[in-house]
Amino acid sequence: MGTQKKMMYVNRRAPYGTIYSYEGLEVVLVGAAFDQDVSMAFIGDGVFQLKKGQDTSGIGMKNFSQAYRALGDYDVSKLYVESESLSERGLSVEDLMELTWEDEDDDWNEKSSIMVVSREELSKLMDQQDVLLNF
Amino acid sequence: MLHIVNKSPYSSDSLQTCLSMSLEGSDILLIEDGVYACLAKGSVANKITKLMSTCNVYVLTPDLRARGILDEEIIKGTSQVDYDGFVELTSTNDRVQSWL
Amino acid sequence: MIYSLMINEGPYTHQASDTAYNFAQAVLKAGHEIYRVFFYHDGVNNGTRYTTPPQDDRNVVNRWSEMAVEHSLDLVICIAAAQRRGIVDADEAKRHGKEGDNIADGFRISGLGQLIEAGVQSDRLIEFGD
Repeated sequence: MGTQKKMMYVNRRAPYGTIYSYEGLEVVLVGAAFDQDVSMAFIGDGVFQLKKGQDTSGIGMKNFSQAYRALGDYDVSKLYVESESLSERGLSVEDLMELTWEDEDDDWNEKSSIMVVSREELSKLMDQQDVLLNF
Repeated sequence: MLHIVNKSPYSSDSLQTCLSMSLEGSDILLIEDGVYACLAKGSVANKITKLMSTCNVYVLTPDLRARGILDEEIIKGTSQVDYDGFVELTSTNDRVQSWL
Repeated sequence: MIYSLMINEGPYTHQASDTAYNFAQAVLKAGHEIYRVFFYHDGVNNGTRYTTPPQDDRNVVNRWSEMAVEHSLDLVICIAAAQRRGIVDADEAKRHGKEGDNIADGFRISGLGQLIEAGVQSDRLIEFGD
């Protein structure tokens, strides 16, 4: 198959309570090698995955939040965060980790990977995808 | 798009999230515990009825029967399909999303 | 049309594996092809050999194995998820010093890349989970 597929990974669950977000991130990082048009969507409790300041030392579980920082290096630079899900949870983009990527077409300038979009905008983006997976 | 919802609306927000993200003209398929959304006397029945003005709502018959739900108990205007119909819906829609 | 399936939950606890199995049967009946069935998260437990369910209930693991043989299906268990949950084939058992292997017939262990490849190569990738 010559053409790239648009693949969106839809994250709807919070970290640590279940493994879905962690193993979902592993899919994205491995999948980056396949050179497809990849994006991630964070909806509902999925927005909690990106909250900064995670410290798991008290619960004895691996803190995998740092792994999100690698996404930019893996050419996964489109992280859509649904604005309604943020505000329902009392969060704003300032509460999220700063995740960036380097744009080689713009002198390697560092840019934010996180794009806060409305529910309506995100639903239109979903409708453009070839493959959608929920985690 | 075909949206598949497998959880009861009375215990999960999957149906609500799906409805808020689905565009007009979508096909919505209720399977497994998701079929409970089709109970005509349930509190989400109004939501489903309203949805049917812009989308097609399908429900997987084997899952209805497993749960003891009879034809007369479900919202009029929803379409029942079997697994063959489930496959058909996945092939006629260009994209499929399971709202887990 | 070419289908792939992704199954995210183990046998019995969730209906996901049952729905996927019934769906897979219907896919083949309709004349479509199944490129791969990929088991992830607790779904890897569908490929464990030593389940002994009650006689009066379906044997989830065995019927996947039987379907794999009958229709030459590619049933893939994710290696990362399998390692976490203790599903090993002979190679993995040897590599990690385990006493024996427990992978069910018809399944093979491989990497997450197999899932992405299935998504790229198939016309439809259908996900079953909780």
